[in-house]
Amino acid sequence: MRLSAKSATLIVLLALVALSPLLFPSNFYYRVGALIFVNAIAVTGIVILTGYAGQVSLGHAGFAGIGAYACALAPVHWGIHPGLALFLGAGISGVLAYLVGRPILRLHGYYLGVATLGFGILVAMILTNERALTRGPDGIDVPDLGLRGLLGDLGLSLSNGQFWYFFTGLCMIVGAWIALNLHDSPTGRALRALHGSEVAARTVGIDVAQLKLRAFVISAVYASVSGSLLALQNRFVTPDVAGFMHSIEMVTMAVLGGVGSVLGAIFGAAILTLLPQVLTVFAEYEHMVLGLVMILVMIFLREGLLPSILKKLRGKDE
Amino acid sequence: MSALLSIEGLGIGFGGIRAVNDVSFSVRPGEILSVIGPNGAGKTTLFNMISGVYRPDAGRVVLDGEDVTAIEPHLLARRGLSRTFQNLQIFQSMTVLDNAVAGYHLRESGSVLADLFSLPASRRRAREAREGARALLARVGLERAAEREAGNLSYGALKRLEIARALALNPKVLLLDEPAAGCNAVETEEIDHLIAEVAKSGVAILLVEHDMKMVMRISNHIVVLDHGEKIAEGDPATVSQNPAVIAAYLGTEEAAHADG
Repeated sequence: MRLSAKSATLIVLLALVALSPLLFPSNFYYRVGALIFVNAIAVTGIVILTGYAGQVSLGHAGFAGIGAYACALAPVHWGIHPGLALFLGAGISGVLAYLVGRPILRLHGYYLGVATLGFGILVAMILTNERALTRGPDGIDVPDLGLRGLLGDLGLSLSNGQFWYFFTGLCMIVGAWIALNLHDSPTGRALRALHGSEVAARTVGIDVAQLKLRAFVISAVYASVSGSLLALQNRFVTPDVAGFMHSIEMVTMAVLGGVGSVLGAIFGAAILTLLPQVLTVFAEYEHMVLGLVMILVMIFLREGLLPSILKKLRGKDE
Repeated sequence: MSALLSIEGLGIGFGGIRAVNDVSFSVRPGEILSVIGPNGAGKTTLFNMISGVYRPDAGRVVLDGEDVTAIEPHLLARRGLSRTFQNLQIFQSMTVLDNAVAGYHLRESGSVLADLFSLPASRRRAREAREGARALLARVGLERAAEREAGNLSYGALKRLEIARALALNPKVLLLDEPAAGCNAVETEEIDHLIAEVAKSGVAILLVEHDMKMVMRISNHIVVLDHGEKIAEGDPATVSQNPAVIAAYLGTEEAAHADG
């Protein structure tokens, strides 16, 4: 029997997460891997919003900031467990996305991009300026998730790097599974339909504004979870997590890898997370190289790296 | 039988020009009513008002006894009005099957959470929609193209796909905007049969079409528009003898030639 695209993607991801450590020259690479997975989670949300529904957000880092600071602040102020704070952050992000998105998504065109841009900047400013609460630009400590200790007590002892590598890897796979479920579901089909033609989507009874809002809320939750995991892993967070550059990075990763495909976008996240590590020699020129890569991809591989490569390979097979 | 869809004094103006003015008619279940008229007569504008794309500034649209003037298209779909477009509106990057399944949206959509976690309820709804869509594709002769990307289909096939998608809603009223435009004689005849068959099942059909032979062949009733006004109405034989209609068509023939 032929493997469905969904199963194939999940098997590839599982194999990559499980087998990559065999090739790691040092423990440092567990940390790089975990960073890739954390970014991949946010980018999977972008696939749902941009790849499925065709909407662009330039402020998703704002939701990552909310997720990250929820894990930093809720345990200290309300005595909530850091793990539950992740869900609290996701809930707040979802509600905020609903409130921000509801008036905007009724409009056509690029209003969402501009409004989310403003939203992201607003969150970053609050996190930077409300020193009494967030300690401002110097950042704030995040309590221990405690899961690694728990696993240690159960006899599964992992180094900190290993634990976060496998834990975020698992989260990423669950995130991909959910996004792939959505793709083939009635809701996902309706999202892809309104991406193709809003006029036609309406005539088959699709409530276009409401569905865009759903995609926006779901993708905001992804960004929030990604921010929470980043904060919990680093045990420290600064307002940069909500910064404009981070929003742009998310969109760039998705578009580079292939915004229409979950696997492609995760591939893009991997490349753009690895590149700065590999290009430390060119640290000064990092943004220039990124810009150049983007321009070349947009000109020559418009669907994104992975879909274009796969298409070429398939073309040769047949 | 009473009217399923009634248009009462419908009108709209764009910047001082009356694109459609005081047009009234009604369609009964199982009836095929065609709206004809020279280019620019306001046929598509009329369609866009009936289907909620434009908001009329005069008159009413009554569907099954309810005033549905200017309500949003997706709510009209819920009440049983479905349409196709003159310039195709196909979900190009989706498969042919997915395009048809999209027509089942109202019947297959349920909880988002069920969709996110691929719960059995979600999978069952999707499967039922797929089965229904396959049957519809067979009905319009596209079952073998089901897995192909819709953008790769021929023009005539896309026209039929659009009709299949509209039928997936199980509509009471179907608006067809030039379903045979750009189709060859064989394809036109296929679409002909399809429309007649759909009407026979009790659907009220409202048709805009340039192919006069087709209009005369399949319509029960014809409404003629010129410069946004209704100039004649009746069965095909009566309308084709009407001096005002003949004048409207002959008067614009030169202009039509000039357009190429």
